[in-house]
Amino acid sequence: MNNKGRSFYLIPYYLWIALFVIAPVFLVIYYSLFDLDGHLTLDNYVNFFTPVYLKMTLTSFWYAFLITIFSLLVAYPAAYLLTRTKHKQLWLLLIILPTWINLLLKTYAFIGIFGTFGPINNLFDVLGIGEQQILFTGFSFVFVSVYIFIPFMILPIFSALEELNLSLLDAARDLGASGWTTFRRVVFPLTISGVRSGCMAVFIPALSLFMITRLIAGSRVITLGTAIEQHFLVTQDWGMGSTVAVFLIAIMALFMILWGGARKGVQR
Amino acid sequence: MKQLVNAFLAIVIVAFGLMYLGSWMNSNQGYTGKNTLTIYNWGDYVDPAMLKEFEKETGITVIYQTFDSNEAMLTKVEQGGTTFDVVIPSDYAISKMKEENLLIPLDHSKIPNLANIDSRFMNLPFDPDNLYSVPYFWGTVGIIFNPEMTKGIDFSSWDSLWDSRLKNNIFLVDGAREVMGMALNSLHYSVNDTNEEHLQQALSKLNKLSPNVKAIVGDEIKMLLANEEAAVGIVWSGDASEIMGDNDKLDYVVPKEGSNKWFDNMVIPRTAKNVEGAHKFINFMLRPDVAAKNTEYVGYSTPNAQALKLLPPDISEDTRFYPSSDITDHLEVYDNLGKKMLAHYNELFLMFKMNKK
Amino acid sequence: MRKRNGFSNLYLVLVFAVLYAPIVYLMYYSFNSGGTMHKFEGFTLEYYREVVQDSRLIIIVINTLVIALLSSAIATVIATIGALAIHRVRSRRAKNSLLSLNNVLIVSPDVIIGASFLILFTIVGIKLGFMSVLLSHVAFSIPIAVLMILPHLQEMSPTLTDAARDLGASRRDVLTKVILPIIKPGIFSGFFMALTYSLDDFAVTFFVTGNGYSTLSVEIYSRARQGVSLSINALSTLIFLFTILLVVGYYFLTTRKNRTATPVTEPVAEAGVPR
Repeated sequence: MNNKGRSFYLIPYYLWIALFVIAPVFLVIYYSLFDLDGHLTLDNYVNFFTPVYLKMTLTSFWYAFLITIFSLLVAYPAAYLLTRTKHKQLWLLLIILPTWINLLLKTYAFIGIFGTFGPINNLFDVLGIGEQQILFTGFSFVFVSVYIFIPFMILPIFSALEELNLSLLDAARDLGASGWTTFRRVVFPLTISGVRSGCMAVFIPALSLFMITRLIAGSRVITLGTAIEQHFLVTQDWGMGSTVAVFLIAIMALFMILWGGARKGVQR
Repeated sequence: MKQLVNAFLAIVIVAFGLMYLGSWMNSNQGYTGKNTLTIYNWGDYVDPAMLKEFEKETGITVIYQTFDSNEAMLTKVEQGGTTFDVVIPSDYAISKMKEENLLIPLDHSKIPNLANIDSRFMNLPFDPDNLYSVPYFWGTVGIIFNPEMTKGIDFSSWDSLWDSRLKNNIFLVDGAREVMGMALNSLHYSVNDTNEEHLQQALSKLNKLSPNVKAIVGDEIKMLLANEEAAVGIVWSGDASEIMGDNDKLDYVVPKEGSNKWFDNMVIPRTAKNVEGAHKFINFMLRPDVAAKNTEYVGYSTPNAQALKLLPPDISEDTRFYPSSDITDHLEVYDNLGKKMLAHYNELFLMFKMNKK
Repeated sequence: MRKRNGFSNLYLVLVFAVLYAPIVYLMYYSFNSGGTMHKFEGFTLEYYREVVQDSRLIIIVINTLVIALLSSAIATVIATIGALAIHRVRSRRAKNSLLSLNNVLIVSPDVIIGASFLILFTIVGIKLGFMSVLLSHVAFSIPIAVLMILPHLQEMSPTLTDAARDLGASRRDVLTKVILPIIKPGIFSGFFMALTYSLDDFAVTFFVTGNGYSTLSVEIYSRARQGVSLSINALSTLIFLFTILLVVGYYFLTTRKNRTATPVTEPVAEAGVPR
């Protein structure tokens, strides 16, 4: 009785899971069992284990990994420094603000900025480095992706740092710990939950990036997200598209479980 | 807690305020009235002034909804849940829609202006006798190039793209039919070829093109070429005219081996509610003065022979976009090859993309 | 100390410069009479005139804002509940499964979400338009908000709630007086990220919309084939400047008001500190 009353307020969330997560997942699994002619088959799953898709899977992971790492490297110091500024809440909002401008427009702007005659290459010219091809490289792809995801990394880290008890830092310093030691032994471990949720918020969507693979990387980077997009919108092979999605979801779930395991190890 | 509740309430109040403002503007525009016509079209693909004029003449309120690809549009129309009265898909999408019984036959007696259309653009394989569709715009696939950057290379043949001087200097459009079709054409095969051996030859020829390909891109190809990011691009003629509008150094050519000619036609889907209004709209858009103004706004090639006479000579006499019939007869429309073959084309194209590094 | 400050300021300035570079670029070319996003030819306000006169575009902007604000607010409420639900689960395996379910919509590409929602809505018989778009935006914004709120709950010491209960607080009081104040910064982050998701979404909205209802993203993407005109740049500039004004204005207004009330601490930051 008591227990029942307690979980009453959880209903909306579970309802959401049932209607908007489990139902679509079943739908996707259902579609993945049909081939182009509408026959029930497991061919799509067999197809996934061909070099083309395996290579795509690897590419997706490699880039998602790079994007997460670089986002973290840029975001952590930024979040840390932000907590020390005066109007920190305002600055934080100003970090989020650029994400509200349409992504396609910002990508077009990046094409202009990175272009052969764009400001960056002009700068290179002035510096005597000479013209470089920046667009359509792995670098520009990772750069723009990090640009897109950086607020998702800064926000949780910032929150975690905010909750950090400043007296702990003073205590560590009083006990003679150097800046680096304090960071490594006190600050970082205490903000690890923020880092973890930031990494999740970046890594998971980065796995299925698609638009900028074409716009910024000129189709040099082909990820699982691109493949799904193509199957749904070009070939209209919903079966294969769904199959790739099933694998994507399964791999994500596997990661969550591994992550959860690692977390336990750290805490003990 | 109080702060959270206050913030929540404030947001909801602002949202409802905006919603009220929106519906007030909507009713001011007459979008909520009874006599409406919903048009489903590419974004910015009609002169808004023409829609206004249509509304004034007929008293019908036009609702303009947009899509960004034929396939996405197909999914929406197939799935239903919302109605469209006039849709403007491309040729191959029309044959798919016909196949799936998504269209209603047009009543030609209600579209007298159909007579204005050049007979070259009527009665095409994707819609014999124009039972279901009426041409809106048309075009070709060809090579756009920047003479300043290509040092006199002659682009009248597809083979010129394989010239080693064009290393890392070509943009391809991200479409399996276009790129495979180009390779097939260069081997003197049809763009609709389904012979496996020919397709494999096309793929290996494409793989040899790899060093010259700078990137495979989508709609942004226009911006990239106008910015002179590369010297050459394979594009649709509609894109080409827009690029040349932004950067007049560039030139466009349809290679002699042949190419694709494409159409965007007006159709009426089965779920249409205002069939009468839809016919009126189609007839209105075919009126020479309307079609001429619309062509000037959109910048694509009009199939309307009477409208073409009203256009200034620098548009109507431009043979790059209005080629003579001995060239257009030579061009092929993409056939509906069926899902299996289309998937195979895409598979080959994907292999080409993955090989490229 | 001074030197370190210089370095850190430089770093932050650099981060902000990169974040705002494309936006400044967009804004700059919205005044270009040349009509393209390269080669500035001359100053013009033509595109701003176009925007102001285009009532259809303005209605679309209003639609976009309504959907973004409402969906993010609702999603944040449900996500808060969700974070509490995940936090309550004791078994590690169950917790991971729940979290995986939560993240399914983040990892799924938009086309899949859009197509499956479209199928769901037509099966259930929801009329495509405002309601279907709102529901979908709520649905896909929930998981990211959960991810923003969850770490705050995990960091919360369990002794805190126990202590409160020992002191005779009811469950309701524990929730409203202890837990919610602690996770408040997470709730706000969740809201803002939900807003980002909603404003940026194109594919899902495209599939589930209908009956003339459109949002800005759908309009912009569908213009890509014809080439996005600079009036969209002008529109974005206006929206951007308006938002900045709103954010900065609101911040200083609330700061001043709170400062007079509680003079000692910095008010907004104080909101995040558990007391």
